[in-house]
Amino acid sequence: MNDVTQNYEETLNTIKRGGSDSHLMQFISFRVGTEDYAVDILAVREIKGWTRTTVLPNQPDYVRGVLNLRGAIVPVFDLKCRFGQGETEATEKHVVIIVSIAERLIGLLVDQVSDILSVQPDSVGPVPEMEPGRAQAFLEGIITVNDSMIVLLSLNSLFDSVILAGTEPAEQNAA
Amino acid sequence: MSNAASTSSDYSQFRQTFFAESAEMLADMESKLERLTAHGLDREELDAVFRCVHSIKAGAGMFNYARLVDFAHGFEALLDRMRDGRMQIDTTVANLIIRAADVLSELVSAAQSERAVPTDVGVAVSEELSHLLSLGLSTSGLESGSDGPETPPLRRVEIRFSPRPGLLRHANEPLLVIRELGGLGEMTTVCDTSRLPGLETIDVEETYFAWTFELTTEASDSTIGEVFEFVADDAEISLTTLETFSSEPDDMAEDEAFGLWLEPSEVPSATVEVSATQLDAGSQPLHPLAPMPTKSASLSSIRVDLFRVDRLVNMVGELVISQAMLRQELSQLTHKTIDGLEALDTLTRDLQDCVMAIRMQPVRSVFARMPRLVREVASKLGKHVRLTMIGEQTELDKTVIEELADPLTHMIRNSVDHGIEMPDTRLAKGKSAEGSITLSAAHVGSNILIHLEDDGAGLNRERLYNKAVEKGVIAEGTKLSDEEIVDLIFAPGFSTAAFVSDVSGRGVGMDVVRRNIMKIGGRIQVSSVEGKGTRFTLIIPLTLAVLDGMLISVGAEKYILPLTSIIESFRPLPSQIRVLAGGGRVAHIRGDYVRLIALNRLFDVDSAIDDPTKGLIVLTETADGTRIGIVVDELIGQQQVVIKSLQQNYTPVLGISGATILGDGNVALILDIEQLGEIKEQNA
Repeated sequence: MNDVTQNYEETLNTIKRGGSDSHLMQFISFRVGTEDYAVDILAVREIKGWTRTTVLPNQPDYVRGVLNLRGAIVPVFDLKCRFGQGETEATEKHVVIIVSIAERLIGLLVDQVSDILSVQPDSVGPVPEMEPGRAQAFLEGIITVNDSMIVLLSLNSLFDSVILAGTEPAEQNAA
Repeated sequence: MSNAASTSSDYSQFRQTFFAESAEMLADMESKLERLTAHGLDREELDAVFRCVHSIKAGAGMFNYARLVDFAHGFEALLDRMRDGRMQIDTTVANLIIRAADVLSELVSAAQSERAVPTDVGVAVSEELSHLLSLGLSTSGLESGSDGPETPPLRRVEIRFSPRPGLLRHANEPLLVIRELGGLGEMTTVCDTSRLPGLETIDVEETYFAWTFELTTEASDSTIGEVFEFVADDAEISLTTLETFSSEPDDMAEDEAFGLWLEPSEVPSATVEVSATQLDAGSQPLHPLAPMPTKSASLSSIRVDLFRVDRLVNMVGELVISQAMLRQELSQLTHKTIDGLEALDTLTRDLQDCVMAIRMQPVRSVFARMPRLVREVASKLGKHVRLTMIGEQTELDKTVIEELADPLTHMIRNSVDHGIEMPDTRLAKGKSAEGSITLSAAHVGSNILIHLEDDGAGLNRERLYNKAVEKGVIAEGTKLSDEEIVDLIFAPGFSTAAFVSDVSGRGVGMDVVRRNIMKIGGRIQVSSVEGKGTRFTLIIPLTLAVLDGMLISVGAEKYILPLTSIIESFRPLPSQIRVLAGGGRVAHIRGDYVRLIALNRLFDVDSAIDDPTKGLIVLTETADGTRIGIVVDELIGQQQVVIKSLQQNYTPVLGISGATILGDGNVALILDIEQLGEIKEQNA
């Protein structure tokens, strides 16, 4: 978390220094398994440590249950599990990122938050066409930072099917 | 924000206020009119009804609802005639007024939803109104001489207008009133400045002046009264006819329009001689320094957006939870009693009660619609029914009241249609020709109890039973207790009417009523004595925001069961449990076989007690009367919980109706008994 604050200050300074930088896009990057992902910083409401959730019965594996966020009932999704890499063994060191999608609050269970990225819009590259059937719909783009690739997630399509349409995706159970 | 934008939002806000106020006024009028048929209206009630119609007309004029204005105008004229005593209330007039009120609400709701009203709506009533008005004109000659409202005599009146201190603060402008008054005829004005204090003590928002006007006009008292309509609450106004030029003065003396004027005893009577003497003697009560009457009723309530109230309710709910958590933490930290903690406890609880009370409304708003319903249905069927209502001021949550309207309407319609017999049948049975329906509401604990009782035919057990067999609700030869037979009316697809009638045959039966009542966490019971009548009892929680629940545990999980659906809980003997082919289990309870649902199997919970003989069975009843035994580990305790929606951030989950936050800050799910039966068990 200290890293995050520090980076955040750096970013602020960057913004203060150069006027042209005000077009920068900002993302929060985090680690799931061995990979780095990022989401739009404007969607992030809060970052908190993992606490025990109340399990919702008969839901897809990646739905880890609900937690109490100051009176709001917020569902928590296990990203690792959503990506088909098995359930996260959540500990106190794991992090839940609370994001807001379509006026709903949801929590994303990730291994750790890594950084705040400020990049030029043109450095977000498109995702190349993959073989059909791969769940690439929730990948919005790829950012290259310090020679490593960070995948930008499209939150809307990640959980569309389950929280917006109200139907659970069959693909996950099959995976 | 641009000016145009703020104006248009102002407009829509005014419009919204107009409809909110209209709805209140219509409801108020409805409750007044209900008494109309029974024993007529006294002057005050008539005035109140008149003011409702008048205000709606005025508001509608502001928003250009031409039809509404037209109709309200005719209606108003009739009421005005009645107030003047120039028209007697008989049954025809009373019925017309009630129908006119119906049309008025129809037009208002049409205007609100901006839908077009069929052109024939209200036309018949309008015609009858004008017919009656023209009749009234010719007969009025008998009572009041030649002066119809159109040709009142020229006369000289003295009007005293003494604003009370609040007048300006309520955004009224005396100048406008005076100008309008001046438009009615030739007027001389005398201003009384005796109350004006020195410049150093003057309060700019105060009203220090009083006026005396001498007006020579042809306008009737009610026309003059209308000028003062909006300042009536904030001023003392009196009217005296000093001289009438062409007609009998006695007539005008009776014509104290509007209820705006002071009580007749305080108003100088209107003969020339008497008023002359009373101008001195009688001026005392009108003097601006006279003791101020109590504040007007409009000051005692404010209109608040429901959303704000909901947010308040939510936040106080959070406060209660945080307080409970704090308390728990502190008690673990130290065993000392901490000063102020008890006080905080009481305060938060009181605060919660207060906030909950904001949402409370009298059931009157629903009850008020019922007399009209009974009248309509009864007259359609040719029955005579008297509706008595008790406890209309009983309060409950606004949302519950809204949910209550449909079931109650249906039940009352049923009572009139099926319960109450035709007049000749009743006479033959030795009852009075007029049937009686009693609707009552009362608080019992954290519930409200609503009784609907009729003295009609009661439920015919044999017909019920045969009907149920015929409809396939029960198998022929099924043995049922008396109670169970009566309960059949709630079975899905069951209608007791011999033929589907225009009145209650709308495809919804008592099963829908029961489902609606269950939906708001309530229960419905029926008892009936054949030939004597039927009595329905509704037990409804006061609020939807809070639920009386039983906290149960299954493995490491905790759930809340709604207390209203729990019948009993017990640990069964091994001999009471049977496993059926296919894996389902039933319990044998006092002669009944009840399906068992194991939450651990249903919800795939680990390390829970699977054997009911080692855990507990909670016997519950669903909306359609089916009993289900739920297998749990243990009962933790009864507690009131604040209901939170899962849908707000997630999707509905089968078997779960919502969630709540326990004292330790953890989330517990509230079980939906209705849906539990629909879920397949995971690892039976």
